[in-house]
Amino acid sequence: MKNFADAGIRFYLILVLVFLYLPILVMALLAFNKSPLYALPFEFDLVWFKALAENDRLLKAGLNSVLIALANTVIATSLGTMAAVAFGRYTFRGKTMMQALLFPPIAIPWLVIGTAMLVFFFWIGRAIGYPGIARGLHAILLGHVALSLPYVIFVVGARLNDYPKALEEAAATLGATPWQVFRRISVPILAPGVVAASLFAFAVSFDQFVISYFLAPPGVTTLPVEIYTSIRKGFTPEINAISTIIILVSMGLMLIVARFYRFGGERSGNE
Amino acid sequence: MTPTTRTRWAILGLTGPAYLWLACTIFLPIAAMLALSFLDKSPLVPKPASFTLANYGAFFGKPFYWSLTRWSIELGFWVTLFSFLIGYPAAYALAKRVKGRWREAIFLLIVLPFWSNALVRIFSWTMVLRPNGIIDLGVQSVLPGAPTVDLLFTYPAVIIGLVHSYLPYMILTCYIALQAIDDSLIEAGRSLGANKLTTFRRVVLPLSLPGIISGSALIFVPVIGSFMEPRILGGTKGATLGMNIEEQFTVTANWPLGAALSFILLAIVLVIFGMLYPFLRKQSGAA
Repeated sequence: MKNFADAGIRFYLILVLVFLYLPILVMALLAFNKSPLYALPFEFDLVWFKALAENDRLLKAGLNSVLIALANTVIATSLGTMAAVAFGRYTFRGKTMMQALLFPPIAIPWLVIGTAMLVFFFWIGRAIGYPGIARGLHAILLGHVALSLPYVIFVVGARLNDYPKALEEAAATLGATPWQVFRRISVPILAPGVVAASLFAFAVSFDQFVISYFLAPPGVTTLPVEIYTSIRKGFTPEINAISTIIILVSMGLMLIVARFYRFGGERSGNE
Repeated sequence: MTPTTRTRWAILGLTGPAYLWLACTIFLPIAAMLALSFLDKSPLVPKPASFTLANYGAFFGKPFYWSLTRWSIELGFWVTLFSFLIGYPAAYALAKRVKGRWREAIFLLIVLPFWSNALVRIFSWTMVLRPNGIIDLGVQSVLPGAPTVDLLFTYPAVIIGLVHSYLPYMILTCYIALQAIDDSLIEAGRSLGANKLTTFRRVVLPLSLPGIISGSALIFVPVIGSFMEPRILGGTKGATLGMNIEEQFTVTANWPLGAALSFILLAIVLVIFGMLYPFLRKQSGAA
């Protein structure tokens, strides 16, 4: 009876995983199918990946996505880590309030945030005489950093919950210079959280569609925006090919995050 | 400089940049949008605009917007319900029945897709639902000559795609809540004579309620603001409030109306949070 129930449970979990992965697998498989109409039988061909390599629009969008994600990672990780350090080390008035302010960027639908940014940037642009600056890669970057900041602060903050301030004081008392304290004590404590947070920030930006969509002027796009426009024109296996690449990149990133968090001293939470 | 002023400068220097950034990209834009929703002309028009309530009037006066809003809320309800029905048993199995390496592996596999691109995952469902997609092919192979199964651009397609997108949230929050329940409480219930169903209904379910509620909030809120998913999987069927807002900004360029609709969406979100908040607080206080 017990074995029977266990088999049932295993079967159910496998069904859930099939539901989660089947569409993605089918999509990836059809990227390697020769027919432009997704016709079967399956005929292996790399023609759609070759087409991708010659599609300048998509390549440029891909380059934009990577550049924005990298810039976003650097900016969001440094600003977020600084704020997390302040929260971890000091108790001060308004701290709870400031931490509560991190929820709106997560809780407000992106559609509302994206359109609000468009409106605000447009007004600023018109006020200084350049309405064109409302949209563009710089505006997209501004938005991505805003979305990544709360995540970075939470992830680094989780690591800092009980920051061993005494260690720094001990080092200072024993004659270490502030720079030595920073390099030998603070950095090693912070490092695993910061690495995880930066991979997180990269993924948030690389996958972000809604904000980029509203802030992208005609002709300048990121990968998800370009894919959305292509999907609305009609389905082609080329979209499958680029989607397959994107899904591999983001899932790979998250697997690395998972490993980092495990080997970074967070084991206790994980069995 | 006294130590306290030094600390104050340190705090300001460390938190200032991040919060200045958030102010300029989240809080001020939301305020600007609120102001715009009361103006009669789009900023795209180079004429001075004046105060009006007409944008909100348009929403409350036209049954068209009511039906959009109703469908958005219904969509949120169905997606949350199905995510719960599918996700809760999975979370329970993971938290209480599967152990060790298997649990870790399955858990990772469940949360992994939700860090992959949302747009791509929605697109992948078109491969399953369209005529000649795998559902159609499956039906044809079992029942040759059956009519073509075309689920793409239907209401169920939108619900399926969104459940797929948000199911991991429900599993994650319920798993955390269920894992925190002490097994001895369940054993105590059983040894005091309660059967399995009663133990579940009186012990496990109430204790995992905070997980269910936070999962529901995490799903309901983005779903009622969705526009990309219903557009790709629903086509012209089942237009949502989100799709209409998107159009006001990208097609018809009626920004003030779009801003007013955005604020109505935001108000719905706030009402939901307001309704769930005391409940969540009470639950976490009791647990």
